[in-house]
This record gives sequence, C-alpha cells and structure tokens, in this order.
Amino acid sequence: MDPIVIVGTGLAGYTLAREFRKLDSQTPLVLITSDDGRNYSKPMLSTGFAKNKDADALAMQSPEVMAEQLNARILTFTQAMAIDRAGKKLLLDNGSEEPYGRLVLALGAEVVKPPVSGDALDKVFSINDLQDYDRFRKALPASGKVAILGAGLIGCEFANDLRSGGHDVSVVAPSSKVMPGLLPEEAADAVQSALTDLGVEFHLERFGTEVNNTSAGVSLTLDNDERLDADIVVSAVGLRPRVALAEDAGLKVNKGIVVNRRLATNDPDVFALGDCAEVDGLNLLYVMPLMSCARALAKTLVGESTPVAYGAMLVTVKTPACPVVVAPPADDSGEWKVEHVEGGLRILNMCAGELQGYVLTGNAVSERMQLNKQLPALLP
Amino acid sequence: MKKWECIVCGFVYDEAEGWPDDGIAPGTPWEDVPEDWLCPDCGVGKADFEMVEVG
Repeated sequence: MDPIVIVGTGLAGYTLAREFRKLDSQTPLVLITSDDGRNYSKPMLSTGFAKNKDADALAMQSPEVMAEQLNARILTFTQAMAIDRAGKKLLLDNGSEEPYGRLVLALGAEVVKPPVSGDALDKVFSINDLQDYDRFRKALPASGKVAILGAGLIGCEFANDLRSGGHDVSVVAPSSKVMPGLLPEEAADAVQSALTDLGVEFHLERFGTEVNNTSAGVSLTLDNDERLDADIVVSAVGLRPRVALAEDAGLKVNKGIVVNRRLATNDPDVFALGDCAEVDGLNLLYVMPLMSCARALAKTLVGESTPVAYGAMLVTVKTPACPVVVAPPADDSGEWKVEHVEGGLRILNMCAGELQGYVLTGNAVSERMQLNKQLPALLP
Repeated sequence: MKKWECIVCGFVYDEAEGWPDDGIAPGTPWEDVPEDWLCPDCGVGKADFEMVEVG
C-alpha cells in the first residue's frame, strides 16, 4: 500500500493521524517534522507562565510514544524541501526521498517578523511553537521586564500570562485599540482596562523601531523616540500561513494553500489542513476548523470522500483578567449592539434580526452556550 | 467520580467539580455533559474531545 505522508506534527498533523488510525490501522503512515516532534497543545503556550509550566511540562507525549500510538514512522528535525509531484515523492533536507501515495500538508503558520533594527535582535523572541516557548522561558530572568510588540489576541494573552507570572509587561502596538478586527471597541476597552489594572503598561498608536543592548538589558526605541527598558522583547505582530513548499510545487496558493471542501489541492493526491490551508476561501487560524478538517479528511483518505463542514466558531481569548469569548461574524453586514450587564458586556452582531456573532466579556461569558444555539454555521 | 483529560489540549474535566461557569453542576459525569458544551481552552465541541481517564 502506498504510504500516507503528513508534513507537520502540530495539532493538525497529529490530530489527522489519530483520526486516520481510528479508521485504518494498516496503511503505512509517515509524519515529518522540522522540530522535535513532541506532542503539545499550542493554545496552552499562552497560559504557561501563570500555571508555571515549562516546555517539558507542556509536552504531552514524546515522538517515540506518538509513533507507537499511531503505528507511524515519525521523522524529527527533518525539513521537507520540495515536492516532486510527478514522481510522487518528497525531497528532504538530509538528501533522502520519501515516496507518498497521498501527501498531506499540515505546515501551520509562521510568524511575521517585526520591522525593527538595532544590535539586540537576538533578544527579540517570537513564540509560535513549543521550542520557541522553551528558548524564551530560559532567556527570561525571574521577575523580568518584557516588552511585547503587538496587541492582537496573542499579544494580549501573553501580556496577561507574563504579568500573572510575576513579570513587568509593556505592550507596544500601532493600533488605537487592542485586538482590532476581532473585538469591537467597547470590548477592547474592557480588556485593556483590566490588563492595565493588572499592571500592564500600554503604548498604543506607537511602534518599535530599534532594539539595542544596554548595560542592564535592552532598550526598545519607539517611533516617537521614547525608550522602554526591558530584559527581553516578545514579537506578536502576526502570523501568516506557510505556503512556500506548496507554491514551489506549483500548487495553487492564495492567502493559504487553496483546497476544496475535501481538503484537496489542485493535485488530487495532495491535501492541506490547519493554519496553512485556505478551505473554500476561509483561512482560519483556530482549533475548531482544524479539528473538523482532520475528521473529514481522515474519512476521505480511507475512501469515504467527505466534504468538511464548520459549525459556529468560538474563539476563547485567554485573558483571565477580563475573560472574553468571541463568535466572529462571517462578514461585516451586521451591526454590533452593545449591552452592559452586571460585571461584563454582551455585544451581539445582528443582521436583519438574526444573530451573526457575538462578543461576551466578564460575567457575560456564561451566556455563550445559550447564544451558540442561535449562531449560523460558518461553512454549512 | 472520575477525572478526564483531553489528549488534544490537556484540558482536565473533574466530575466532582463539574463546570459551574457553564451551568454544569458538580457531580456531573462526563457522559452527561451536554453535546453542545465547548472546551473552555480551545473552543471545540464535545465530539472533538479525546478523553482519557486520569483519576
């Protein structure tokens, strides 16, 4: 039997492998990863400091255990360099080739590099996987000072987590509000105010230009020439789908790797899912779509062609200082209606009397189960 | 009363504690948690949980 080869062992790669093995215990399965192959949950990287968990504590299984559980061969520290679609094989950085019957790209997303210069760029960390988290944690002194670039979901989650873990935190971002695009301004103000009360310092409508070494640590220069002292800088300015491997192989790429509802690219033997994939026009870097795709694709790979469907999508923002749950509306046709409730906000996105999405903060998050029943499916 | 851990994200559900924030009373067995309940950590539905007993 021709092997199934999965590139990537993040949540997408391992979940697909697990779902596939529930249906097929025989077909050879190979997973290839450029990192150490440990199984971990990426959402947990945002709560590791408050819970005082280092990288080893967040790792759930070693690649050896995963290989045994999945009856798979797992190649760690191995980079897939190119896809030879005509020869149906993957070319690896160690010079070897890996033949495939069907190939699945679960490459994830890569961090956008912040446009800063200076002589201390080695003190600027991005935290996008368990190894990044490990390096960052080891480099951060106890009760250290952290400057975070970016006030999106990840920037805010790290700000809350690092502050709860006993660090001094300042956040620098060019937007005027936190989490622009995800939160309407009333909710953004609630989060910013709760984080400020916790001791996080905000420098909004500002961006960092330089990071330089000083005798005590680093200095982050802002565009107004203000300087922030810090021990370390965290960049959380954004993510973009990893598409290069697919693009170089002549696969169709837009924002992500373009796949249909059956998760197939324009090559019927090459599939993609997770953060790297654009499924029927949607590139969503969240857990729910990834899980739905993994279950549908597992069926397709065993011969039961199954289009993926998404229900309502919920995003839990891990800012315990101000809990937030968001159901992003599919488009901007609706209007936000803000209601103040005891200890929180209920913000509903309505279009022609129908609920399109919501944002709940503080005590109002307990209403989510009730509201979810009224939400439309994202990909019916 | 049992404790369950989801192998996808590491979320632990303790039947003794339930999940009062979402109206799931202490003492609710995992099998009786409603199907439309969502993981507080990663937002997926109950069908996506991969629970193993941890205590």
